[in-house]
Amino acid sequence: MKSVYVVADNILSPLGRTTEENFSIVSRGQSGIQLHENRALSVHPFYAAMLPPGQLERYWSEDSLDTYTKFEQLLILSVQNALDRTTIDITDGRTAFIVSTTKGNIELLEQQSDPANAPLKEMELFNTAKKVAAYFNYNQDPIVISNACISGLLAILTARRLILSGRYDHAVVTGADVVTQFVLSGFQSFQAVSSEPCRPFDAERKGVTLGEGAATVILTSKEAYIPANAIKVGAGAVSNDANHISGPSRTGMELSNAIQLAIKGSGLTQTDIGFVSAHGTATLYNDEMESKAMQLAGLLDVPVNSFKGYYGHTLGAAGLIEAIIGMHALQQNLVIPTLGFETLGVSQPVKVNREIEQKDMQHFLKTVSGFGGCNAAMIFSK
Amino acid sequence: MEKGELYITTSCVIRDNQITRNGALLWETSPEMELPDFLRAAYDHFSGQYPKFHKMDNLCKLGWLATEVLLQDKPLAGYAPEETGLILTNRSASLDTDLKYYSTVKEFPSPALFVYTLPNIVMGEISIRHGFKGENIFFTTDHFDMELITAYAEQLFSENAVSACICGWIEVMNQQYEVILHLVEKDKQTYN
Repeated sequence: MKSVYVVADNILSPLGRTTEENFSIVSRGQSGIQLHENRALSVHPFYAAMLPPGQLERYWSEDSLDTYTKFEQLLILSVQNALDRTTIDITDGRTAFIVSTTKGNIELLEQQSDPANAPLKEMELFNTAKKVAAYFNYNQDPIVISNACISGLLAILTARRLILSGRYDHAVVTGADVVTQFVLSGFQSFQAVSSEPCRPFDAERKGVTLGEGAATVILTSKEAYIPANAIKVGAGAVSNDANHISGPSRTGMELSNAIQLAIKGSGLTQTDIGFVSAHGTATLYNDEMESKAMQLAGLLDVPVNSFKGYYGHTLGAAGLIEAIIGMHALQQNLVIPTLGFETLGVSQPVKVNREIEQKDMQHFLKTVSGFGGCNAAMIFSK
Repeated sequence: MEKGELYITTSCVIRDNQITRNGALLWETSPEMELPDFLRAAYDHFSGQYPKFHKMDNLCKLGWLATEVLLQDKPLAGYAPEETGLILTNRSASLDTDLKYYSTVKEFPSPALFVYTLPNIVMGEISIRHGFKGENIFFTTDHFDMELITAYAEQLFSENAVSACICGWIEVMNQQYEVILHLVEKDKQTYN
């Protein structure tokens, strides 16, 4: 059977322009989360991981990107940096261009004095993705995935599936979301926003902290493009709780099912997993559900971490950003600690670590869960 | 979509205030009837037994209703919950509800509307109604992209990730809407 490998990657976030910059800051234990007083976004001060004004403009090369929205610039700059690291010609007709987002250009709604005048066409996710793909002279239809908080990981899984099916040889998988009044007010209306930087799996956790950013992976099944020591993209699976549209499963059984399918589909067992990069949003119910899923899946002996304390919840970018941090941690034999975590506050004794650990390992598991009851799990290997 | 071993065993189309299954008109209202009234009348006609329907946004109501019609004479009880997948697509994602939610933000942001500002919520509602626990994915495309849906569905079947899959298009923006749902299975079965 064909195998799919990661050729290049990028993370563009408040922590930096490249994966290397991001990974270096994360591995030093620093966070992009800060207190913001921005009345356009919220009448109350709020914690979030946001790009400071001017950060994206500094990343423009000779081309001005001022005809693109912030969301589009995030995607373009992230894809550009990843493409600079490979010789794959994405206009060859054999490459998928996959975009993951939850809210895309929703900020355009907030920029109107009268929302009735919102440019609806520019807010269509496919239309936006087409504009971004066209920047790279990609003229086929892009593939857009909008599946709540599992979108980013599901985009990688979809790329793998479409490459294995023979439809494509390569894929550009990119995703982004922006912190907006729209999303912040929504999470606030649910009383789900933490009054301090989020604390995944902690006994004192108080909810999510939002974040923004973009990330990209370029995948291939063609030997000629696979660099030495490339990460192999293993099997993955998606499940639905069939329980509640805005609350997770009570048992964790459905996430556990997806995890077990991913492990088995990759020809592995639980003891092969070096660490689990969990979703870990730091809401009471999500982290509790995940702990039950880890128990059901037989993963209580495996280190579990959440990267939300570094990036906040970046929604459609989260699965991508966190998978990429996980890949680099795997390559460097490091288990990244869960920033914000002090005392375990879930019912199952999951192994959440506070200090960075060195560990020889070959594989890690990435999981995500989201509104609509969706879960996804995927394996990445050396 | 008769490729390989996969067959469309049932279809449901809802547009122009008409509901058809396997090409046969089952029910219709005056084309002038507005969408919320059409949805309420269709709910009363086909079910009337699912109060959660009234909390849903129009995208979820359309998806819920089409699935109800699709499976009315052909429930998927023969498949395990984990074997049933959903592949849905549309153009406007949840933009129809996004505009409604945003109109509440200045005064009192509505959590009841916010939860519907993601297109995949319709798959959550369908999964809750029918107990589906398998694969699900929501693509946004500018037209009903049968080629993309087929490619993804074929891969899911070939990985044995699904044994039955509901695939299709559920679009709504203001009064404009269209639903085309197909039940895809491995065994060829004649239309009812």
